[in-house]
Amino acid sequence: MYNEKVMDVFKNPKNVGEIENADGVGLVGNENCGDIMQIFLKIENDIIVDAKFKTFGCAAAIATSSTATEMVKGMTVEEALKLTNRRVVECLGGLPAQKLHCSVLAEEAIKKAIEDYQSKKQA
Amino acid sequence: MVKTPIYFDHAATTPLCKEAFDKMSPYFTQIFGNANSQHMFGREAVKAVDEARDSIAKIINCKPNELYFTSGGTEADNWALRGVARANANKGKHVIISPIEHAAMLVTAKALEKDGFEISYMKVDEEGFVDLEHLKTIIRPDTTLVCCMLANNEVGTIEPIKEIAKIAHDNGSLMFTDAVQAAGVLKTDVKELGVDLMSMSGHKIYGPKGIGALYIRNGVKVESILTGGHQERMKRGGTTNVPAIVGFAEAFRIADRDREKNFEYVCSLRDKFIDRILAEVPFVKLNGPRKENRLPANADFSFRFIEGESILFSLDLAGIAVSSGSACSSGSLEPSHVLMALGLPEGLAHGSIRFSFGKHNTLEEIDYAVDVVKEAVEKLRAMSPLFKAQGDIKYV
Ligand code: FES
Repeated sequence: MYNEKVMDVFKNPKNVGEIENADGVGLVGNENCGDIMQIFLKIENDIIVDAKFKTFGCAAAIATSSTATEMVKGMTVEEALKLTNRRVVECLGGLPAQKLHCSVLAEEAIKKAIEDYQSKKQA
Repeated sequence: MVKTPIYFDHAATTPLCKEAFDKMSPYFTQIFGNANSQHMFGREAVKAVDEARDSIAKIINCKPNELYFTSGGTEADNWALRGVARANANKGKHVIISPIEHAAMLVTAKALEKDGFEISYMKVDEEGFVDLEHLKTIIRPDTTLVCCMLANNEVGTIEPIKEIAKIAHDNGSLMFTDAVQAAGVLKTDVKELGVDLMSMSGHKIYGPKGIGALYIRNGVKVESILTGGHQERMKRGGTTNVPAIVGFAEAFRIADRDREKNFEYVCSLRDKFIDRILAEVPFVKLNGPRKENRLPANADFSFRFIEGESILFSLDLAGIAVSSGSACSSGSLEPSHVLMALGLPEGLAHGSIRFSFGKHNTLEEIDYAVDVVKEAVEKLRAMSPLFKAQGDIKYV
């Protein structure tokens, strides 16, 4: 069901963990199956300099967490807001249809983390 | 170093045993006749099927003409439930079923409901045992059939079928048991169990896939669901699957011959595994009964704070094949109905993994698997937002 790329990323996920004093934290849950993803961002001058995740979910959820956090590193906040789950899935070489919703989790968690950053900035 | 991959998914299917394979082989190319034909080719096929039927009938203690071959456990389950409900609808349209039956039963029960039958569900306790007192309160004069599996495929609970059958019979209902997981492992004597119908499957007992059987006590009214030719004494149409029947009977013969020996051996594997996991992995729950009345093959755990499908693939990467009852690993994104019926909180169902052992597994494999599980669980917990390592208090 999973392609080799997905299994590879699942086996050695990058950016596992938390960032202390993160500038933005996004926590989202998945209504479909009850999974949870948390993304931590370190942001300097509106550029994402570090990203980490913690995920309670399936292999696809873990692989997309890893890939999404890799992708946003170096992006501006604006660019990261435009990151879609489709691009994350493409980067992984595709996911089984019933696993696409797991990649939405990554997109949403990043958006939430950026929102958190922006609201903190305004405060 | 142990050899991988290691197969710990015997409740899903088993490899065909050499004896059955050898016995089946001539029936593909040489003795290929249609058991319905009257010529010598047909007669040879009939002879093989008759022998197979006699052999299985002896093991389960029924008459050969009470045993019907089917395409597998699912068809046998479908046939028993649908066939009895429909054939006895004039007496009543109420059927009782356990909530932890196989999908072949539960989905069929839902379909019957649409056809105007009423289905009631038994209660099970947190280990999966049927609540007999509750059963007595829901059984009614119009209950025609009570269905409960002999042993559960997910958590290994061995049900008190004799007692359930007695309640059914005292009420004038028929009793069906799904013995797909139990046949060849436990004693499945239909007289001793007191059941009127019993389903079995070939591929769970080192026999071939695509073959099963339904015992129907003589005198029990059952409607056919596969209508067609005159096969199986006019009750089940479809060309007789001679090689599979031969293989099924041979596998059943071997399983029955070695039953006590294998029971003891596989129990020893299971107990070592269960003891080590419970002792060495924190925050883990054994689902199903402790050891008594649990299938020898089965060990089902919930690992807190992590998700089953990711555990499954972590073990897969280390060369160990298991299955999971988590929502993420089911096509429907629903957690296992069995774990839910046992009252497990959804979070725990989420982290469930079933290990099912077989006669070819070894203690070395068990030890290796425990080490792999420990490592995988630790790694996934380090990734889990629900799990925090905090200095000395390691887990929250
Ligand atoms: S996180 Fe549940 S299916 Fe992927």
